[in-house]
Amino acid sequence: MNNLVIDIAVLVLAGFVGYTVISKVPNTLHTPLMSGTNAIHGIVVLGGLLLMAESSGFLEKLLLVIAVAFGTINVIGGFLVTDRMLGMFKSKDKPPLREASSDDDSGPVA
Amino acid sequence: MSLPATLFLQSTNFIDAAYIVAFSLLIYGMTGLTGPRTAVRGNKIAAVGMAIAVIATLLRQHEFSGSGTVWLILLGIAIGTAIGIPAALRVKMTAMPQMVAIFNGVGGGAVALIAWVEFRHGFVPTTHPFASGGFPLRVEIFELFGAIIGSVSFWGSTVAFGKLQEILPGRPIKLPGQGLLNLGLLTITVASAVILCAGSHSQALFIVGILVAAALLGNMVVLPIGGADMPVVISLLNACTGLSAAATGLALGNPVMIVAGMIVGASGTILTNQMATAMNRTVPAIIAGGFGGVVAAPAGAAGSDPTRSGTVRSTSAQDVAIQLSYARLVVIAPGYGMAVAQAQHAVRELERALEAKGVEVKYAIHPVAGRMPGHMNVLLAEADVPYDLLREMDDINPEFSRTDVTLVIGANDVTNPAAKNEPGSPIYGMPILEVDRSGAVVVLKRSMASGFAGIDNPLFYEPKTSMLFGDAKASVSEITAEVQSL
Repeated sequence: MNNLVIDIAVLVLAGFVGYTVISKVPNTLHTPLMSGTNAIHGIVVLGGLLLMAESSGFLEKLLLVIAVAFGTINVIGGFLVTDRMLGMFKSKDKPPLREASSDDDSGPVA
Repeated sequence: MSLPATLFLQSTNFIDAAYIVAFSLLIYGMTGLTGPRTAVRGNKIAAVGMAIAVIATLLRQHEFSGSGTVWLILLGIAIGTAIGIPAALRVKMTAMPQMVAIFNGVGGGAVALIAWVEFRHGFVPTTHPFASGGFPLRVEIFELFGAIIGSVSFWGSTVAFGKLQEILPGRPIKLPGQGLLNLGLLTITVASAVILCAGSHSQALFIVGILVAAALLGNMVVLPIGGADMPVVISLLNACTGLSAAATGLALGNPVMIVAGMIVGASGTILTNQMATAMNRTVPAIIAGGFGGVVAAPAGAAGSDPTRSGTVRSTSAQDVAIQLSYARLVVIAPGYGMAVAQAQHAVRELERALEAKGVEVKYAIHPVAGRMPGHMNVLLAEADVPYDLLREMDDINPEFSRTDVTLVIGANDVTNPAAKNEPGSPIYGMPILEVDRSGAVVVLKRSMASGFAGIDNPLFYEPKTSMLFGDAKASVSEITAEVQSL
């Protein structure tokens, strides 16, 4: 029971983190943000990995392979597409973001 | 397995530490996504966090499993990579909304399939804290929640994809008694889930029934929603998939899944609400059938409305070029039409040509222009438009009064003054770009057909408005050529 309480506490805290982080996002970045968070929920792929070892029979294995493939599409596709989109955002007088980020020492805006 | 290093890498402590690093990176990466300067790096940091989570899980799994399992996992990852990478690299920026929809759908599908396997098997993974016990209720409840929401999300996203890709008609598809039908399906799904938890029914079969009912529900909920509401729906389904991933994490006792899923669930919910607010709608109203119920009447009545029978002034590219060249401030208000015509590069050229003539050009971006929030920003960024020229609705609206010419390119509903002036209009109360306050308005449009919401736009009949009919890209290029030759 103890574990359940801890897990739910983690759940609640994560909810607040999500809320705090996202409340500040400008409209400009809504599409990349949606696509980025989209990639993050591809974390479900871990579920497929965790269950694979213990599944038995053809059907279960097949379902899990599909699940892992789905999750991978979600993760890889999501991050790549977001990267492509963000690579296009450029400021008027500044070099493209890709270069700018390497010498930018301020870190992500909190 | 005898090397100490191998043992260390597979120890629970190491894996747990790796998980903590992984979700810290995911959160840190997401904070980066909140600003245009840090977003690229933020996205990469999140991707690294994801990779660490996957590798750590694989290390842990390796201990229990024969090589067959590893190969199956690699097979799944290989298939996913082979489909995901080309899809992500090839998709056009204009097709981004449907791409996000389908990526979201497969995530939901993965959750549903995982829940299915777990119920077929009735097992708790060995890595789970309760591994010794049977199949605790908490696992059942969370897995069922994940199964239902995941299945709804998969099918809902697939329908959304179909509509945006124009495989399915974009107009609302509604059955008689849709509301009751949906309610019935929801009741059946939830009731089945409760029975499954309570009784000792055949879990392997029952879970299939629940997945099918949830699939029907996903179809039924999204089919009646019109294309204009799609951005909100995709965002909502995104949040749902996140929540279902968190539920799966709770069932499996996996902290990274809990954190990552919940963050997406929370952020997706906020985003959905922000978008719904921008359209002056509520999320429940959209889900309950959206414009489907309201649209029919005004669309049919518009033709017979005497106040709408004013004349429409058609203009030529040459006239528009002259109008624009002698203006001080030109505001461009793009919409989905620009996306469909792939006109963003042509628009950028026009902007440059005008700037070369000393005309100040700004872009007015409505939060829900296009088929996705921020859709216009992405397209214009693709065409190298600096983002400091893009103005959000609240910033640009006060400027329309000093704007000489506003160029509306394929935007309709987001500029419709009926949202301000006509309490009877279905979009009444929706904040709009107040283009009607500028000196003159030029509307680029394919034909007089009404927008996606199916609502007539009185802006087109105003004396200061002139219309340039035709494909947006061709029209803009023509105007640019004329401007350059002046």
